[in-house]
Amino acid sequence: MRKALSANIVEIRLFVVLMIMIIGLGLTTDTFLTVANLTSLLNNNSINLIWAVGLLVVLVAGGIDISFAVAASMVQYLAAQIFGVIGGGNWAFGILTAGSLGLGLGLINAALIHGFRIVSIVITIATFNAFFGLLMFFTKGRSIYTLPDWWVDRIFLFEYQSASGVWSELHLSVAIMAVCLIATAILIRRTNIGRQLYAFGDNPEGARRAGVNIALMQAIAFGWCGMMAGIGGLMQVNIAKEVVPNALYGRELDVLAAVVLGGARLGGGRGTVIGCVLGVFFVAITQNGLNLLGVSPFAFQMIIGATILIAISTSNVKIDMSSLLRRPQKKLKRGSNNDAT
Amino acid sequence: MTLLKRAQTAIGTENLFLLGGLAVVIIGFSSSTPLFLTGSNFGSMAFQLPVLGLLTLAMMVPILSGGLNLAIIFQANIAGLALASVLIKFGGAEAGYGAFALGVLAALIVGALSGFLMGLVVAYLGAHPILASLAMMIFLRGLGEFLTKGGDISGFPPFMETMGHGSILGVPIPLLIFLGVALLWHIILSHSKHGFSVYMIGSNIEASEYSGINTRRTLIMIYTLSGVVCAIAGILMAARFNSVRVGHGEALLLVTVLACFLGGLDPFGGFGRVAPVVLALCTLQALSSGLNLIGANQHLATAVWGLFLIGVMALRWAAARLYLTNNRRN
Repeated sequence: MRKALSANIVEIRLFVVLMIMIIGLGLTTDTFLTVANLTSLLNNNSINLIWAVGLLVVLVAGGIDISFAVAASMVQYLAAQIFGVIGGGNWAFGILTAGSLGLGLGLINAALIHGFRIVSIVITIATFNAFFGLLMFFTKGRSIYTLPDWWVDRIFLFEYQSASGVWSELHLSVAIMAVCLIATAILIRRTNIGRQLYAFGDNPEGARRAGVNIALMQAIAFGWCGMMAGIGGLMQVNIAKEVVPNALYGRELDVLAAVVLGGARLGGGRGTVIGCVLGVFFVAITQNGLNLLGVSPFAFQMIIGATILIAISTSNVKIDMSSLLRRPQKKLKRGSNNDAT
Repeated sequence: MTLLKRAQTAIGTENLFLLGGLAVVIIGFSSSTPLFLTGSNFGSMAFQLPVLGLLTLAMMVPILSGGLNLAIIFQANIAGLALASVLIKFGGAEAGYGAFALGVLAALIVGALSGFLMGLVVAYLGAHPILASLAMMIFLRGLGEFLTKGGDISGFPPFMETMGHGSILGVPIPLLIFLGVALLWHIILSHSKHGFSVYMIGSNIEASEYSGINTRRTLIMIYTLSGVVCAIAGILMAARFNSVRVGHGEALLLVTVLACFLGGLDPFGGFGRVAPVVLALCTLQALSSGLNLIGANQHLATAVWGLFLIGVMALRWAAARLYLTNNRRN
C-alpha cells in the first residue's frame, strides 16, 4: 500500500488539490456542483481526454508526439471525403474509418522514427508541419459543412431536466471517451505489451537487450496515439458540426501540458490513465471555476498558465524534500533511440 | 577527393552539407522560374528572414543545453507590447527617440525577466524545460490577451518604419540586426566560458556539475539571454508590421525548432553551431520564397519544410551508416 502511494505521489497530490478545488467551488458558488455544470464539464473535455490517453502511451514509451492534433484534423478531412464518396455510413463504420486513418498516420511517425533512428520530437515536428501544410494546401483553408447526418446529430446518453427547467445531458463522446480510457488502461496496465512499453520507455537499450521488440513498441505507441487522435477528431466533429482544417491547431501543447501535469514523465517510463484524467480536469475545473466566480474571461489563460507553473514547481519541490539524497531529474532522459548506430 | 577533404575541414562537414542543400534549392528554383535569381527576390528574402532567424537563435541555446523554450513567440509578443505601451504613453506616432530607447529598454527587461523566471524554475526546481516553458507560454499568452483584450496596438513613430523596412548601404536593417545577434551568439558559444558551460550542460549535466560548472547559474543565464533575443525579435516584429498583437508569429514556434534540427543541433543537447543553423534558415527561406514564386502558397511551403527536414535527417542517417561501414572495412 505504501509502495503504491509513493509510486503515484504526483497523482495523489493532484487528486487532493482537485478535491480541495471542487469542495471550495461547491461552497463558494451554487452553480458548480449542479448536474448541468458537471455534465457540460464532461462533454467539453471528452475530446481532450481521448487525445490525452493517446499521448500518454507515447510518453510512457519514452517518446513525444507533437503531430497528433493536426493528424486529427487530417483524419476529419479524409473521413469527410470517404463518407461523401460512400454516401452514408454509420457510427461503427465511422469509428473504424477514423481509427484506421489515425492509426495509419501514427504508423508513418513510427516508421520514420524507427527506420531512420531519429528522435521522436524531430520527426513529429516535421510531420506536424507536413500534415498541416498539406491539409491547408489541399483544403485551401475552407471548412466543410455538408456532413452526413449521423455524424453531426447529437446522441444523448442521458438527459435530465432540473426543477428550474435547465436541461443537462451527456453526449456520445463521453461514452467513447470512457471506452478509450478503459482500453488504454488495459493496454498499458494489464497486458504484457504494456509492461514492455514501460520498460522500453524507462530504458530503451536495456529493454532491447532483454528481448523487447523496439520496432513493435514504437509502432504500438505511435499507432495508438494516432488512433486516439483519429477517434477524438471524429467525435470533435460531432460536437462542432463542421470540419475546420485549422481548428485543432495548437491543441497539442495544451493536451501535453495536462498529461504531464498528471504525472506522465517526459522521457518515458511513467504515467497513468488516472493521472491524465486528473491533469485534464485540473485545467478544466480551474477554467470552469474562474468562469463561475465571475473572473474576466481574458484573464483565464493567464491564471491557468500561472497555476500550471505553480503546480509543477511545487510538485518538484516536494519530491526534492521526500528524497533529499537523490538528485532531482533535471534533464530529458536519453530518449527512445539509444540503439542508433 | 582531396579538395573535398580540404573544404570539409575548412568549412565543416555540417556547413558543407547544408550549403549543398541550399545550392540544390537555389539551382532548382532558378531553373524553374526566372524571377528567383533577381535582386528583388533576394531583397524580400532578406527582409523576411530576420524575424524567424532571431526567434530561432532564441530557441537554439536552450536546445543546446538539452532543453527547449516553447514560450519564445509570446515572450517576443509581450516584449513588443512593452515597447508599444511606452511609445503610446509618449504620444504614439509623435514619440521621439528618447521614448523609443526607453521602450526598447522596457522590452528587453520584460524579455529577460520572463526568461529569468523560466530559468529559475528549470534550474532550482528541476522542472523539465518543456513543461516550464509550456506553462510560461500559456501564462504569457493569457497575460497578453488580458492586457490587449485580443486587439492590436498600432500607431508608431515613422522611424520605426525605417527600422523595419529600411536599408543601410543596400543591406536591410533587419538583416543587419539578425546577423549582429548571430555573430554575438557565435562568439558567446565558441569563445566564452558561458558558451563552454552550455555545451557541457547539454552533454551531461551531472558531470558538468561535478566538474565545477555552476549549472544553475548557467541555466538561468541561458533562458534569460533567450528572453533577451526574443525581445529583440519582438521589437523587430513591431517595426515590421507596424503593430503589436498577441499571437503574431504563433505559427513560427515549431518552425524555429525545425530550423534548429535542420541546422544539425542534437535534440538532446550538447552539439551544434550557429553557422549551420543560419544556413538552415537561409534554405528554409529560399524554399518558401521559391515556392511562392512558382505559384504555391505558404501552406505548401510549410509542408515542404517538414518533408525537407525528414529528407535531411534520412540523408544524415544514411551518411552515418556509410561512414560506419567504411570505417569497419578499413
